[in-house]
Amino acid sequence: MTPVRAVEGKAIPFGRANVDTDIIIPAKWLKTISREGLGRGAFETVRAEPGNVFDDPAYVGAPILIAGENFGCGSSREHAAWALADLGIKAVIAPSYSDIFSGNAFKNGLLAIELPRAAIDRLMEVAKTDPISIDLEHQTVTTRFQDRFTFEIDPFRKHCLLNGLDEVGLTLAMEKQIAGFEQKRELETPWL
Amino acid sequence: MTSGPRTLYEKIWDAHVVERREDGTCLVYIDRHLVHEVTSPQAFEALRMSGRKVRRPDLTLAVPDHNLPTTARLDAQGRRLPIADPESAQQLAALERNAPAFGIRYIGPTDAEQGIVHVVGPEQGFTLPGATLVCGDSHTAAHGALGALAFGIGTSEVEHVLATQTLLLKQSKSMNIRVEGELGFGVTPKDLILHIIGRIGAAGGTGYVIEYSGSTIRDMSVEGRLTVSNMSIEAGARAGLIAPDDKTFDYLKGRPMAPKGADWDKAVAYWRTLPSDPGASFDAIVEIDAASVAPTVTWGTSPEDVVPILGAVPDPDSFAEQAKRDAARKSLDYMGLTPGQKLREVGVENIFIGSCTNSRIEDLRAAAAVLKGRKRAANVKQALVVPGSGLVKRQAEAEGLDRIFIEAGFEWREPGCSACLGMNPDKVPAGERCASTSNRNFVGRQGPGARTHLVSPAMAAAAAVTGKLTDVRELMR
Repeated sequence: MTPVRAVEGKAIPFGRANVDTDIIIPAKWLKTISREGLGRGAFETVRAEPGNVFDDPAYVGAPILIAGENFGCGSSREHAAWALADLGIKAVIAPSYSDIFSGNAFKNGLLAIELPRAAIDRLMEVAKTDPISIDLEHQTVTTRFQDRFTFEIDPFRKHCLLNGLDEVGLTLAMEKQIAGFEQKRELETPWL
Repeated sequence: MTSGPRTLYEKIWDAHVVERREDGTCLVYIDRHLVHEVTSPQAFEALRMSGRKVRRPDLTLAVPDHNLPTTARLDAQGRRLPIADPESAQQLAALERNAPAFGIRYIGPTDAEQGIVHVVGPEQGFTLPGATLVCGDSHTAAHGALGALAFGIGTSEVEHVLATQTLLLKQSKSMNIRVEGELGFGVTPKDLILHIIGRIGAAGGTGYVIEYSGSTIRDMSVEGRLTVSNMSIEAGARAGLIAPDDKTFDYLKGRPMAPKGADWDKAVAYWRTLPSDPGASFDAIVEIDAASVAPTVTWGTSPEDVVPILGAVPDPDSFAEQAKRDAARKSLDYMGLTPGQKLREVGVENIFIGSCTNSRIEDLRAAAAVLKGRKRAANVKQALVVPGSGLVKRQAEAEGLDRIFIEAGFEWREPGCSACLGMNPDKVPAGERCASTSNRNFVGRQGPGARTHLVSPAMAAAAAVTGKLTDVRELMR
């Protein structure tokens, strides 16, 4: 995984609440055996709406997406994170996320930044004209208007993101502990 | 580890922690891993790229379900029919290649045991109380009905489990939803879970594992419990749990992959220690009076948008929050409904009975009981009944349910996810409405422009007969 330290640039002021993963990437696009190219299907139903923010020239190439509560709810499809990444999105800012989506985002180096409603409302305003900066190390979101919001992130996830660590590799290094657990498990719950 | 009285969740969690980090992140052992064709190809590919193996193929089971067509799979000579859609065929071929290559047991499209992973797991006894179970599918929550800690994962986590048989997790908060009393006449477990989602909201369970308890849950069949736990994710909770009891053990006994002989007795003795201790504390408690639940239907595009069948479409202005008002307006526009419209006046052109929520034998029996001697209404263009597995299908046929469905004008299909999600040929046409026993009424879920009303199997059958959303109780008297 490529290390992530900061994301800066335009932000798409989407703002919608309960954006489910069927909205992010409809099921018909899941018939792929690759992680690439899903940007073509990203937000397909939203993009069918005239005047949608995704096709607004003002936000072309924006690396940040701003959304409402419960972003990424519904299906566990990691294709949602892959589709966002393929669109060039490197960070989402929203008041809350589904548990599965935030995990999937993290595993793909996509930041899922949680900020209170008031901060989201402010950033939605700023995004219409100006860029937004996210600093993972200092856990801040700032604008050129002196806005400065701090966000929480799990320390382990932060460590992995900053250093681009491969979680599978990290866990495989714990072979001794896993094998030890399996021995105990075999004795205590042999039917498993 | 929790000291003092522990919840069911805490007991399973504690028994599976391989290693706890200082920050509270735990390496958790996974006992069971279900794999299907859609969320696994990239995980297997990643294993290949890094030269890694599957650590415990013996704890892994692969079954295709999502994009398999539900039409006949064999021709008249018993030869396997090809899948027309090249991408679906490619995904299925990948699973058929990956499973044996990594030593994983594979149940294929023409095997009698094939079905929706969340129907197959319990049915085969692969799902067991006290076990941790994962699958690259959010409705894995269903397996919690047997007292397994079961949740959906993304493809990177699928890869992680394949390679290490563990996951890095933080313990969730716990919520206890207590349901007391008897469900009313014509009210089913599906109505109960829709009612619960309406009550706590689509994000109400985010960050929690929900344990369902109370007399209503105790009195409910294992299949009913599967329906309830299945939709925990629609309330935002990654997992649902129900304490294992004699019903659970009776359900599991003799299933092909369930423990046998001395192991069975040992397992049951252990399973009896799992229910939450008296005095165990939860982070949140919700109390539901079963008698207050009516046959329930969704009106919008989030599973929290529920209303009793005798109710009306709400006015978006009636919601307190601006975001919810905006969402409701968008939903009504998409659904083609107007505020104040009576739900039981809404016509439907499509009926779907199936999905991991409602495709088990009891679901089919409930629908058939309503349909017996009746016919679908003229305005209903498509009525599908899709058994959750080949074994459910066989059982239904032995009971003559297939005849009832076919005589009522339904199509009797092969097992799979079918019209629950728009990735196989079973879809709801744009602008048309479907009374569906599935779990998600999201925009475009059943196909682009499809309008979904989530209901119980009995309610879907009633809608088929009248051609509109209907209070099934009127047809049961």
